[in-house]
Amino acid sequence: MNKKLIPYLDKYKIYAIGAPIAVTIEVILEILIPYLMSKIIDVGIYNNDMNYVLKMGGLMLIMALLSLICGAVAGRFAAVAGMGFAKEVRQALFCKVQEFSSTNVDKYSTASLVTRLTTDITNTQNVLMMMLRMLVRAPVMLICATGIAIYINARLSLVFFAVIPFMAIALYFIMTRAFPRFQKMLKKYDALNSRVQENLIAIRVVKAYVREGYENEKFREAADNLRRTQMSAEKVVVATMPLMQFAMYGCMIAISWFGGNMIIRGSMLTGEFMSFISYVTQILISLMMVGMIYVNIVISKASISRIVEVLDEEIDIKDNDKGLDELKDASVVFDNVYFSYAKDKDNLTLKDINLKIEAGETVGIIGGTGSGKTTLVQLITRLYDVLSGRVLVGGKDVRDYSLKALRDSVSVVLQNNVLFSGTIKENLKWGKQDATDEEIIEACKAAQAHDFIMSFPDGYETYLEQGGVNLSGGQKQRICIARALLKNPKIIILDDSTSAVDTATDSKIREAFAKHLKDTTTIIIAQRIASVRDADKIIVMNEGKIDAIGTHEELLETNCIYREVYQSQQEGVA
Amino acid sequence: MSKFRTKGPIKKPKDTKRTLKRLLDYLLDYKLQLVLVVISIIVSSMAGVAGTYFLKPLINRYIIPAIGLRNPDLSGFIIMLLLMGAIYVLGALSTYTYNRLMINIAASTLYKVREELFTKMQKLPLRYYDSRTHGELMSHYTNDVDTLRHMMSQGVPQLISGLITVVGVFGMMLVLSPLLTLVVIGMIFIMMFTVAKIGKKTAAYFKRQQDELGKVNGYIEEMIEGQKVVKVFSHEEVVIRDFGKLNEKLRREATNANTFANILTPIMDNLSYVLYAIISALGAATVITGRSDIGTIAAFLQYTRMFAQPITHVSQLFNAIVNALAGAERIFNLIDEEEELDEGSVTLVNIEKNLEGDLIETDKCTGFWAWKRPKEEGGSEYIKLKGDVRFKGVTFSYDGVKTVLDDVSFYAKPGQKIALVGSTGAGKTTITNLINRFYDVGEGEITYDGIPIRDIKKADLRRSLAMVLQDTHLFSGSVMDNIRYGNLNATDEEVVEAAKLANAHYFISHLPEGYDTVLTADGTMLSQGQRQLLAIARAAVANPPVLILDEATSSIDTRTEALIEKGMDRLMEGRTVFIIAHRLSTVRNSDAILVLENGRIIERGNHDELIALEGKYYQLYTGLFELS
Repeated sequence: MNKKLIPYLDKYKIYAIGAPIAVTIEVILEILIPYLMSKIIDVGIYNNDMNYVLKMGGLMLIMALLSLICGAVAGRFAAVAGMGFAKEVRQALFCKVQEFSSTNVDKYSTASLVTRLTTDITNTQNVLMMMLRMLVRAPVMLICATGIAIYINARLSLVFFAVIPFMAIALYFIMTRAFPRFQKMLKKYDALNSRVQENLIAIRVVKAYVREGYENEKFREAADNLRRTQMSAEKVVVATMPLMQFAMYGCMIAISWFGGNMIIRGSMLTGEFMSFISYVTQILISLMMVGMIYVNIVISKASISRIVEVLDEEIDIKDNDKGLDELKDASVVFDNVYFSYAKDKDNLTLKDINLKIEAGETVGIIGGTGSGKTTLVQLITRLYDVLSGRVLVGGKDVRDYSLKALRDSVSVVLQNNVLFSGTIKENLKWGKQDATDEEIIEACKAAQAHDFIMSFPDGYETYLEQGGVNLSGGQKQRICIARALLKNPKIIILDDSTSAVDTATDSKIREAFAKHLKDTTTIIIAQRIASVRDADKIIVMNEGKIDAIGTHEELLETNCIYREVYQSQQEGVA
Repeated sequence: MSKFRTKGPIKKPKDTKRTLKRLLDYLLDYKLQLVLVVISIIVSSMAGVAGTYFLKPLINRYIIPAIGLRNPDLSGFIIMLLLMGAIYVLGALSTYTYNRLMINIAASTLYKVREELFTKMQKLPLRYYDSRTHGELMSHYTNDVDTLRHMMSQGVPQLISGLITVVGVFGMMLVLSPLLTLVVIGMIFIMMFTVAKIGKKTAAYFKRQQDELGKVNGYIEEMIEGQKVVKVFSHEEVVIRDFGKLNEKLRREATNANTFANILTPIMDNLSYVLYAIISALGAATVITGRSDIGTIAAFLQYTRMFAQPITHVSQLFNAIVNALAGAERIFNLIDEEEELDEGSVTLVNIEKNLEGDLIETDKCTGFWAWKRPKEEGGSEYIKLKGDVRFKGVTFSYDGVKTVLDDVSFYAKPGQKIALVGSTGAGKTTITNLINRFYDVGEGEITYDGIPIRDIKKADLRRSLAMVLQDTHLFSGSVMDNIRYGNLNATDEEVVEAAKLANAHYFISHLPEGYDTVLTADGTMLSQGQRQLLAIARAAVANPPVLILDEATSSIDTRTEALIEKGMDRLMEGRTVFIIAHRLSTVRNSDAILVLENGRIIERGNHDELIALEGKYYQLYTGLFELS
């Protein structure tokens, strides 16, 4: 277990300490029981002392029951500690990820973050639970059982000292050889799964190009790889069980022979001999357990380090605690801005951006795929920070504001917008938690969403599945716009957010914007010239640079990119 | 010792007998090995049981009588130990044998199951995929096959060996001392009761834990995927609070579930110590009263320790096996699914003209294709592949309730460009789905070069069409491989040619490794637009007479689109093209534009005609330019 994670056990300290203590008591009791049995035989039977037999029998019974209680308590404690720990780590990870900037998220990819929060935590919690019980149990058992064996008959216990190192070395060899093979197997397993997943996602392509046979072949290869690695890994571990049996049986025979002779010569008692036989099983099983725990710990190591990696991740964009909490006005200025996703001067996404947007202006941004439009507006809300230069909002650097103040005043409708599972109303309330029904309806009317929402049987209470899959693309976009409007922002940014909306509705939305958002700075990224032609100014982006700024008419005259785009959309219209 | 433990709720298979029989069918290929496995398991467990019995004669016959003798005769003792050793060696070897054999059997069987599963999936109609999530289908490969693996390599052998051990031990106990065995029977009842009780609780709590875990994981996924939205609405605190609530609920259920799972083994183990204590005292009493002897008690006590574990184990294994069978049943259900029907007999063949000008079939790759239709009177006729597609009164519904296409008729002559326009859900994509027989028409008929497409073999029909879909899907592999997916026989030069045609060559050559750049799962390192260019290149390399472009350029901005237009024009040249586009500018120069609404064609004609008509198309089109 990693030191970094131990503080998360703090709340469950008592349980985390209690479990191993209970286990230790349990083990000691379990060890004493065969010893008492030997006393019954050697003292009770030898002396024909029924009273002694009953007394010892009663004592053993009490010890067994106590041991049972200790075992159960340890189980409960371990569960409380393990699950509590998992909860704390999960919460901490989730909070950390919430703090993550988009750069941080990009670094890991969302899929990997999800795995860390789910599978990796489950692995870690299970190992912790096992450690709290088994990791104590096995060594304590090994030590106590060997100790009492020495106490009863030191010479005979030499048998254990011959077998234990042999078993330990054998187990070590098996485990260390098996581990890399299992890792290889897991990799092949992942490969097989991603083959299937890819095939499922692209099943239409597969069918359209009649590539079923080809896919089968690729799958067969993956499945065969898995089969081979699986066999090679299991082939190694398969020796463990028989080896253990060999050791155990060998011990039994050796103890029978040496012990038997000792009894005959009078240097050992029958009961003691019987308890020895009993300790054989206990010692060897605990040895096996040590091996298993080792494997599990090694396997969990990967999970633990993946969790710690996230917890240790340096947050790329830090909130400014002493930041300003209000915007003076809604102007936006880009001052000599350079930006790179990789933070690499030679791999710039935005170059030399200088731009001034006055409060209340409507600005359109046009540009090709990858020209940097989306990146540009994401700098305004600090989803990313500039590499050099400054972005000013309301005359102050965005980094001078508290993130909450900044983001509450700037509303962004993202290109890949997301709706969450829940009712339409719940989704809309993201914009304003205490929004009244009237406010919600007003925003939806402006976003041209009210009519279609009302056409659903449940209206605003319609439940949306994850990602809003039961809506069409255009409907989703309109709800997202309404959600952004509810924030009543000083600045609103629409990043290609009406691409799936038909042109007539699109123009109605813009009409509503012009009417309702007179004082709001509006930035519209669009593919269609029609969406931006009425803007106060239009910015043409090309390969990370501003190519030109001007009104529709100006750009038509002076800018060849703009003209090209316009003509490509204009052609054929008389 | 086994890591094999039931986790999660038990789902019972519906028809256990049938599932078991199916599984056995797979295993029958290894008949001989299986027989050997069963024999080995029996030998292995019996050896363990028998070896312990030797304690009795050892103590009674060779040790106790020899106590105090000056020169005891140890030869009997030695022979006995050798015999014991022989039995043990046999036991350990058998253990190795069955475990080793099971690895082979399990791995090979699983390979076969996986392979059949996958091959079958490729044959299922798209309709099957519509009603299932990817996660659901994936779980066949992960959960279901996995539990099956555990069941085969560990579950069943351990179950058999556990049962044999319990029965063997019990039998030996009876032989040793019927009186003490009575006490054991009493304890067995207590143990069984405990296992059943705790097992039931564990299963119930695990189901609740699983439900909560599902909620927590779902929430995590949603919020991480929507993280940017969370940020722009500064919703972090609310989200963390809501997550905390779910997280705490999970903790509570998980603690309960794991408590019960954790306490079972210690309780069972210690119950066997309770029994051990009782037998020790009671056994000693019988020895004192002369009804038994020390050797018997020694062996009996050892047996007492031997059978607690298998009882705990067997009950857990039983649940696990039931679970695995349920998984196997789900796998078999998929394998039994009805395959995509294909009663077509018309195939696509290479042709060349002989001296008389007749079409004759050839193995050579001539670049000329023809439909080969078998004639009723024998022999077959050849119809040249041209790309003439006609819809005659086609009516279609996905679910039999909602009509998606209603009496749709149109034709596309070879080389014509047909555009489908209409709002989401109007039926545009459905039309293309019917052309390549992803779905079969309800009423009406579609013909291809005059042949009803029902009569054409699906594989050949699809080979004559290329599709570029709304969502582009790339496969992990190099850029070269991804384009070549359209035509596996294409040379590197042909691939590059196709990429140039689609205007993808420029960005590909700027990738770190050019055409050899390996794309990760679904090509996330490329922009949406670049991915679409690759998909177009893929269609180009397939070189079919009919091309279907379903919103193929929606993610490419108009300027880039203008740039690739030339390539697209070249790609479309001489081909019948169906084009679906949201952006009307891309469909303007089509030979015919079909405007769809609610599954019906409401307007048809070329751009100028439709503009002149001043109907729906006119409204849509002018909406683009009339702002206020």
